[in-house]
Amino acid sequence: MTLIDKKLNRRSFLKVSTLAGGGMMLSFSWLAGCKPTPEQVLTMPKEWFEINSYIKIGENGAVTLFNPNPEFGSNVKTSLPMLLAEELDVDWKNVFVEQADFYPKRFERQFTGGSQGIRSGWVPLRTAGATARQLLVNAAAQTWNVPATEITTNTGYLEHKGSGNRAGYGEVASLAGTLEAPDPETVKLKDISEFKIIGNSKKNVDGSKIVTGKPMYAMDHKVEGMKYAAIVHPPAFGMKIKSFDEASVTSLPGIQDVFSIKLFKEGFERHAFDTTTFPEIIAIVGNSTWEVMQAKKALKADWEIAPESNFKMSGWGPDVSEVKVPSGLENSSTHSEKMAEYITKPGNILRKDGDPEGAFKKASRVIERTYTAPFLAHNPMEPINCFADVKGDKAIIYGPSQIPDFIHGTVANSLGLEKENVQINLARMGGGFGRRAYSHHLTEAALISQRIQAPVKMVYTREDDMTAGVYRPTYSATYRAALDENNNLLALHVKAGGIPESPIHANRFPAGAIDNYLAEGWQIESNITIGAFRAPRSNFIAGAEQSFLDELAEEMGKDPIEFRLELLKRAETNPVGKDNDYDPKRYAGVLELVRDKSNWSNVPNGISRGVSAYFCHNSYVAEVVDVSIKDNQPVVENVYAAVDCGIVVNPDAAANMGEGAIIDGIGNAFYGEMAFENGAPTKRNFDTYRMIRHSEAPKKIEVHFVDNKEDPTGLGEPLFPPVFAALGNSLYKATGKRLYDQPFQPQLIDMKNLRM
Amino acid sequence: MAQYNLTINGKSLNVDVDPSTPMLWVLRDHLDLVGTKFGCGIAQCGACTIHLNGNAVRSCQLPVSAAENTEITTIEGISENGDHPVQKAWLEHDVPQCGYCQAGQIMSATALLKSNPSPSDEDIDNAMNGNICRCGTYTRIKAAIKTAAKSA
Ligand code: FES
Ligand code: FES
Repeated sequence: MTLIDKKLNRRSFLKVSTLAGGGMMLSFSWLAGCKPTPEQVLTMPKEWFEINSYIKIGENGAVTLFNPNPEFGSNVKTSLPMLLAEELDVDWKNVFVEQADFYPKRFERQFTGGSQGIRSGWVPLRTAGATARQLLVNAAAQTWNVPATEITTNTGYLEHKGSGNRAGYGEVASLAGTLEAPDPETVKLKDISEFKIIGNSKKNVDGSKIVTGKPMYAMDHKVEGMKYAAIVHPPAFGMKIKSFDEASVTSLPGIQDVFSIKLFKEGFERHAFDTTTFPEIIAIVGNSTWEVMQAKKALKADWEIAPESNFKMSGWGPDVSEVKVPSGLENSSTHSEKMAEYITKPGNILRKDGDPEGAFKKASRVIERTYTAPFLAHNPMEPINCFADVKGDKAIIYGPSQIPDFIHGTVANSLGLEKENVQINLARMGGGFGRRAYSHHLTEAALISQRIQAPVKMVYTREDDMTAGVYRPTYSATYRAALDENNNLLALHVKAGGIPESPIHANRFPAGAIDNYLAEGWQIESNITIGAFRAPRSNFIAGAEQSFLDELAEEMGKDPIEFRLELLKRAETNPVGKDNDYDPKRYAGVLELVRDKSNWSNVPNGISRGVSAYFCHNSYVAEVVDVSIKDNQPVVENVYAAVDCGIVVNPDAAANMGEGAIIDGIGNAFYGEMAFENGAPTKRNFDTYRMIRHSEAPKKIEVHFVDNKEDPTGLGEPLFPPVFAALGNSLYKATGKRLYDQPFQPQLIDMKNLRM
Repeated sequence: MAQYNLTINGKSLNVDVDPSTPMLWVLRDHLDLVGTKFGCGIAQCGACTIHLNGNAVRSCQLPVSAAENTEITTIEGISENGDHPVQKAWLEHDVPQCGYCQAGQIMSATALLKSNPSPSDEDIDNAMNGNICRCGTYTRIKAAIKTAAKSA
């Protein structure tokens, strides 16, 4: 048994009675039931009893568990309730799962991003389950008049051997709901060896709804009297609205109104996640989506160059910073030129070990390579949209948001309402990938609804979505290695930056493994908005670093896995410098596992193979990609991944997400690219922005997890960064051509001259 | 505006909409059949796939005026209880991640299996290439189609 973390916040264990009357339950149907599905073994109970914020139990033993975090496809809606169910000790088939709305008084961390869902829920949610179980035990003890310590539980049942008493949870739930919650510090959690649910795959709790097309997304939401809204934003970064002609659309069929909205009040101190490209946009309101989309095309609007602007930002760390938005219409060709200047310009020193300059002077050979990657659009399958109903001093918002907490204050401020009167309900999201961490669309829909004093659903077209910014930045990294006459590695130098941020994680591998090491960063300002994109920064730097190490291994005449293992051995036994933020042993562990699972040195006929490994979000991943060449084009045959993310809660779902991250990586490596001409994105929809499709997916993906007892770490992101280099390195083997610039595919179109 | 009588999932339904309105929006906004999804609006993503007389079509490109006197099936209509072999295979393989593309994927897959009960990998790629899955569930979709082909 493990004692739980003493620092645990008590908020999760508050009773609903202390909150009732707070006026917050605008739509939060706390004790109302969810609809039973045919597979459910138990029928809906007549009455639910609340045990704590996450758990209610019916008189018949049915259990409802609330998933606190927003669901965007990483399956937290299944895996987080599994943590509750494990410690509550119930039969998973008697569990209903409901999505909690945004409710900060009840739930501590309603946040999907940074691969932290399971990691941060690991202790609090198991504790919530264990505390609820203890309440049921206490209720049984009271009922039977026996000591609580003599009562045992077994999948939904309580038993007292001495007296022969036995009862289902449902029989004592009503009493348990009235008892004082035990101090979480006194509640013990199960030992790993006692787990029955954690580690055993459970199907997606929304699976049946998804395959039958039930409404689940904000896009599907509809209420009586709801209006539809489309938006029009300036056509380019660095432009703003000059004027628009209302009459050009108001007479069109089904159109009710057209007006502009300003997202922020004058002088508002923005939150770091308030990122939006266009703080003023035009809204067209009407009777149906199609009508407002048609009016969008007809709207006559004039745009002008936006001057340089500034705003204050807080909410990310203690400081308020001044953010400058430069003026100008930017071009991808200029971006590339400016980034290339940094190959020779000095950057900011982020880490230095030993005497790298001296080692480079002594070197008998220096290898230098520069890697680049373009801006990327997130392109979640469900375009940006949001439902809002603002009337008088109350607002209800139902929207796709990864982090409602970060936008809550902004929405309230823009509406001029009290935060307590702005209720955000959480819709299932049709993908996120970081894009919906920036929830400006919630403010937009709310302002439109407030203006028309009616419920509204605002829908971006795919073009609006793709051209509204908040992209993955463009990056460049130059790696240099100094070798002596015997091909020993003397020093490594990385200088990397981007528009507008550097991708360097200075204390990650290979820092700590090389005596003379130098990391420099730089950034170039821009008015193109950027944001988190699956494994921010890692998603570029992993590809550059692991491609360079591959080339270096070849130059040094070493097997690429062996070379990495040698470096990791050095970092483990005699680490260089301080603050190395990875565990070399676990890092080596995934390389060894992937070597084993892919049968690394036994390359099948017609296959070319590449490897890569990376550490991010507290997890370690190594990947091997196999490609073949058919009709002069590369085909990805197999991908083997070895993952160390600690205990895996829901293995099959975890594998699914890993497969998705790998396919995502292959797609972006081959095709992903956003470019700009005079500030305007050159790609607006999937006809020009190429996405990976069925025929381009690997034929086989194997995701292997290291079996260990470490607490769980991140999973949604860590399988993504290593793919780029594993693919690039396998393509080199197949074609004889090293690929330094993403996307790869345009460089492979004419492969006739390549070695094959 | 004009009146249209449509046959959707075996039911006869009336709508009063502009003739140019794509079936996607007729289904979603006017008939509350929201299982059919909007992804791109230009026939590039497949999220809006429905069956028109048994064939998979992109409903974002099908004006309501062209849908009269046809049989339309949507994700809501491929089975009574969500137990079409393709739906069952999808659950068995736990295919969905965000789930948003899956109705379209299932509609393309059911149309494929109707015309080709045991498709090869290449047949699957050809039939499914118009359906993007941003979450990358392609390998599971392929496996589920093969399972459904066996059980149908
Ligand atoms: S919405 Fe019709 S194909 Fe994308
Ligand atoms: S499951 Fe998310 S787009 Fe396919």
